[in-house]
Amino acid sequence: MLEIKNLQVKLEEEDKQILKGVDLTVEAGKVHAIMGPNGSGKSTLSYVLSGKDGYTVTDGSATLDGVDLLEMEPEDRAAAGLFLAFQYPVEIPGVGNMTFLRTAVNAQRKARGQEEMSSTEFLKVVREKAASLKIDAEMLKRPVNVGFSGGEKKRNEILQMAMLEPKMCILDETDSGLDVDAMRLVADGVNALRDEGRGFLVITHYQRLLDHIKPDVVHIMSNGRIVKTGGPELALEVEQNGYADLVEEA
Amino acid sequence: MALPQAKQTATEARLAALSLPEGGWSGPARAEALDRVRAMGLPGARDEYWKYTRPDTLVAAEAPVAKVVADDEVPLFDGTDRLSIVFVDGVFDAEASDDLTLEGLTIDRLADAPDIHWAKDLYGRLETHGQTPVQRPLAALNTAFASDGLLIRVTGKVAKPVNLIYRHADERSDVILHHVVKVEEGGDVTLLENGPAAARLNKVMEVDVADGAGFHHVRVQGREHDRRAATHIFARLGTESTFKTFTLTMNGVLTRNDCVVELTGDDAVAHIAGACLGDGDFHHDDTVFITHDAVNCESRQVFKKVLRNGGVGVFQGKILVKPGAQKTDGYQISQSLLLDGDSQFLAKPELEIYADDVACSHGSTSGAIDEDGLFYLRARGLPRGIAEDLLTIAFIAEAVMEIENEDLQAEINARVEAWLGRRRG
Ligand SMILES: Nc1ncnc2c1ncn2[C@@H]1O[C@H](COP(=O)(O)OP(=O)(O)O)[C@@H](O)[C@H]1O
Ligand SMILES: [Mg+2]
Repeated sequence: MLEIKNLQVKLEEEDKQILKGVDLTVEAGKVHAIMGPNGSGKSTLSYVLSGKDGYTVTDGSATLDGVDLLEMEPEDRAAAGLFLAFQYPVEIPGVGNMTFLRTAVNAQRKARGQEEMSSTEFLKVVREKAASLKIDAEMLKRPVNVGFSGGEKKRNEILQMAMLEPKMCILDETDSGLDVDAMRLVADGVNALRDEGRGFLVITHYQRLLDHIKPDVVHIMSNGRIVKTGGPELALEVEQNGYADLVEEA
Repeated sequence: MALPQAKQTATEARLAALSLPEGGWSGPARAEALDRVRAMGLPGARDEYWKYTRPDTLVAAEAPVAKVVADDEVPLFDGTDRLSIVFVDGVFDAEASDDLTLEGLTIDRLADAPDIHWAKDLYGRLETHGQTPVQRPLAALNTAFASDGLLIRVTGKVAKPVNLIYRHADERSDVILHHVVKVEEGGDVTLLENGPAAARLNKVMEVDVADGAGFHHVRVQGREHDRRAATHIFARLGTESTFKTFTLTMNGVLTRNDCVVELTGDDAVAHIAGACLGDGDFHHDDTVFITHDAVNCESRQVFKKVLRNGGVGVFQGKILVKPGAQKTDGYQISQSLLLDGDSQFLAKPELEIYADDVACSHGSTSGAIDEDGLFYLRARGLPRGIAEDLLTIAFIAEAVMEIENEDLQAEINARVEAWLGRRRG
């Protein structure tokens, strides 16, 4: 589904190479995890895939179901089924969460040539999904992410993902800043979306989240490269020994 | 002190083009106002208070031509249950207006009010008072020469808004209107104003809000490109009274909105807000002067300006806290969103405080659209144009939310969205 080949990226503003040849394939129905020390390039990878400005791809490719992602506008990548749950969700003062969700859902439907969701249907679906993430009506009314706690922001990301039903979901440190209960809510939200047509790339610094979202494959990223790939046991190894050994081995 | 020759010449040229209306009860006030105009002279380019806005076309003997634009939108406030009063190029249109009776208030026209009239004690009074410490000669000119206006006396809580609709039909119309609103103790009223009014409009509204009374004002200054306007609001607030005004300005080659508010009774609240959207040949100036002269009062100024293609926004805002006005809570923010590098925002925020137990803050910013916000929205599938519009509406939201009535908020937002839609691409 998501196929990344020898992806090399540097910053647009300075001559600094951040990704130094990333190879990664996520198949439909699978959950891949990327772990790695801070600064290894995990967020950069997620941003480059979703189309953020400020990076220059110097080599390599990234495709979603065979379509070149790197040439597309961010909104077209979203419409093609790519979703990024941000490590730092952005606050948008003045735009109601509900308005935002409805505008996003309908923009994507329109881009795919589908009919817009009626407001009654939308309300029904959003209420249902919000309830399972313990997001109350008040939070839906408030401006997007404004005044939300860290945990609320992350749950809000998962709500957006649930509403947009993307086929390829990238979660960037969605577990950071969450207590155990919130983490379970988020994990349940993700697990509810797991199915054979959908791929996940779960970026995390810690193994904790992977207790709840069981990965099929675990990659270790260090200094702009995937340095090791293995099964779920690799995450446990990190938990016990830290990154030092793995990174040195590489 | 004698006026500079150029100022005197310009002032006399303007005065020569006008004639004092038959005054009746307002005659003495008009004569005094004319004296004030002669003493002050009309604004010139060298005046400090007109540093950022050129007054010449507002002062000229003749109004510059302004093309009349047929408005293709559903008229504003159409969905609101209201009492409508229509002026066409400043001339009252009885046919198009509702009957001027409504429970809780009386409405008379300045042009035909009976000789013994309550407004005698107010007409020109607040304007005169507002001439210090800063001179506002265009307002004095207005008091002297206003051809019409409404005298609204509010004695109770008025169930529906009064809507003044200003139509523009003649591309050379030069209009001077003067309203007086007296909200008596316990009274509460909402006043809506909309429309371009004239090729050139000089409008004054004096608002006296008594103890415990409330005045709510929402104004939309019309979509026309060529029109010019200089408006003044002079308000005096009694104990525990509320005064809230919001103005939306889209288009208009030149707009200067002065708002002069004096909080004279304890625990009074004044909110002055405005949003403007300007494209190209657009100059918009909000000049606000708030005087706190009582204890425990609150004032809020929230101004947002969206500018593109060389539009210019100006904000001059002052909070003056007089000795003894303790526990004053004064807030002022003015911000601009510059959608390109050609547009300009000029701000002069001022605080002058003579009491020690006060909390006053002011801030002014100018910036481009938030790139992080834009990427976040696009990453959720919103096309760039829609994402930018949403962020623009979000930018002015703090000002729009100063309107208490949520239906009116929604109506204002819809107008802004339509404006953005017309401009895109
Ligand atoms: N916009 C940027 N400007 C400067 N440095 C950046 C920028 N984006 C990423 N970097 C640098 O690139 C490296 C990788 O960062 P990041 O992708 O955020 O790592 P991770 O998510 O794995 O912690 C870090 O050294 C970081 O400082
Ligand atoms: Mg990161």
